[in-house]
Amino acid sequence: MNIIKIGLFSITMLILLTPISSFAAEENKGLAISKEAKSRDLGWQDSQAEMEMVLKNQHGETSNRLMRIKTMEQANDGDKSLTIFDSPNDVKGTAFLSFSHPNDDDEQWLYLPALKRVKRISSRNKSGSFMGSEFSFEDLTSFEVEKYDYKFIRDDKLDGQDVWVIEQFPKDKYSGYTKRIVWIDKAEYRTQKSEFYDRKGSLLKTLTFSDFKKYLDKYWRAQKLEMVNHQSGKSTVLTWKNYQFKQGLDEGDFNKNALKRAR
Amino acid sequence: MKKKLILSALTIGLISSFSQLQANEFEVRGNIELQGRFFLEDPSFQTQHDTYLSLAAAPEFLWQWNDGNDSLEFIPSARVDQHDDERTHTDIRELGWIHVGDGWESRVGIRRVFWGVTEFQHLVDIINQTDAVEDIDNEDKLGQPMLNLSLVQDWGIIDFYVLPYFRERTFAGAEGRPGIPFINSNEVFYESDDEEKHVDWAVRWSHYIGDFEFALSWFEGTSRDPLLIVNPESIINPNIDFELAPYYHQIRQLGGELQANLGDVLWKLEMIHNDNNFEDFWALQGGLEYSQYGIMETSADLGWLLEYGWDERGKDSRSNFQNDLFFGNRLAFNDVDSSELLWGLSYDLDHKSKSFLVEASKRFGNSLKVSLDVRLFQSDEPEDSTFLFRKDDHIQLTAQYYY
Repeated sequence: MNIIKIGLFSITMLILLTPISSFAAEENKGLAISKEAKSRDLGWQDSQAEMEMVLKNQHGETSNRLMRIKTMEQANDGDKSLTIFDSPNDVKGTAFLSFSHPNDDDEQWLYLPALKRVKRISSRNKSGSFMGSEFSFEDLTSFEVEKYDYKFIRDDKLDGQDVWVIEQFPKDKYSGYTKRIVWIDKAEYRTQKSEFYDRKGSLLKTLTFSDFKKYLDKYWRAQKLEMVNHQSGKSTVLTWKNYQFKQGLDEGDFNKNALKRAR
Repeated sequence: MKKKLILSALTIGLISSFSQLQANEFEVRGNIELQGRFFLEDPSFQTQHDTYLSLAAAPEFLWQWNDGNDSLEFIPSARVDQHDDERTHTDIRELGWIHVGDGWESRVGIRRVFWGVTEFQHLVDIINQTDAVEDIDNEDKLGQPMLNLSLVQDWGIIDFYVLPYFRERTFAGAEGRPGIPFINSNEVFYESDDEEKHVDWAVRWSHYIGDFEFALSWFEGTSRDPLLIVNPESIINPNIDFELAPYYHQIRQLGGELQANLGDVLWKLEMIHNDNNFEDFWALQGGLEYSQYGIMETSADLGWLLEYGWDERGKDSRSNFQNDLFFGNRLAFNDVDSSELLWGLSYDLDHKSKSFLVEASKRFGNSLKVSLDVRLFQSDEPEDSTFLFRKDDHIQLTAQYYY
């Protein structure tokens, strides 16, 4: 009886002890890589670009979304961004202002041009679809190291490139995901692929990044992002065009007045 | 004189900034709509009809120059109604020039401005006159001539307005429905001797701290909401039937707005104090909006709306929402066609009257949007303002083409 107990105890100790040390190492390595990836992407100050989304349903029917996005880096805080919608035609002139925060709820306002109304909206809607696409709101917010816990999985190869495979666990209880797995290339610390796991732990979506282009001799941007939803069979291809950096945007381009005159 | 001054100020400003014209951008967008209203009961008034068709257009012309720091916006609007001469009307919704400086912004011309946070009633919103013939929900506004200076400070945004010309409210004509045919909007009375040329002014401070949005405003000038008086002509002149006419009095109004985003619940409150030579009173509209995201394993969001409207003047006042409860749901499917469904019920706790509305809309392709609205009214007390609409239950079908 005692032997069994002791035996069980030691087995438990084994299970508890070994993973703890190696888990900490895996966590540290995952965190370190993600931190480095983020820090390599700091200092671009501000950017402007056009975004096109092509939404495809199970039957292959497509629908387009066009928008312009201005973004500004913040010292020791998440980015500020202003999104202006150009298509479909009935949402032309609708604009969205967002201040993201690594450790806090984001602040978000929506401008409805028909009513001339600025609405402060709830930022709790992380998992909801963005404009009917397969991208959710949280897929489109800026990556902040503090928003996740990390676990390094393995070294691997993806399309001939050496990559690290890391699990990222969202800290936010309102996230639509239990985890995402990211493939980061060792050469340039760019995320090449992400898998998203839903609240039940099943694979929901895969996002693939391609057509990388280097700006200001330092900052890599994927021009094409393809999100495939494995559960619904729908997909969305997001294309970035006309990236411009350091155009001198300031705080005045990211307040409620700027939101109201966004066209 | 004042108008001339403003016009010349506008012209000088425009010329000087046009001269710095560099990257000039011009864009046209807008929509054309075809609408049918179908009434379910025989009308209360003989002059009214059962079916109304109308056609409307609102093109938008947008210019931008000086690196986007100057812009000009021109939005005319027009509607042609099958029966209602008053609903057949045109308006300049916007003809305004915006100049952006460092921490300030000037907006000169005809514009629309919205103040407020609540959904079922907009108490604080006062800059623009309601274009009441467009729809009975008071969401459509007439363009208001203004000089507006907006300052962005660390402690919020402060807006100053000078409003040199007053716009009369539109009322449905004799054949219009829903409508009150014995209101004659061609006879208008003012408290001020300056009549529609009275210069009104307003100021609003708005700010936010964390999850709390708030604003305070002050307005002094001609009431947008007229008193309805018996047209003296209709008493003196036996050839004129009894009719009411709008009387625009002078008011001072203090407004307060508060919205708190606490978790999944948005708490909303609007309060006003209106002071004039006939009465002074407090009124408020407040409530909450609770949202559920991704209901029943779909991507649809369901919002629950609950609001209460109160007016100090009570049951016998001309206020529509003196002790009224509002309840509704907003269902957004978040699909490719942006399908949406909103329904709401307002219940007057004093008069026991009810009104019910449904608004459903869906996009077809990239440019066509179709909306189906249903409005039902129930009222048994003649003292209640809803009583005049009790037979005006209707279905409204609107197809809008956007470009």
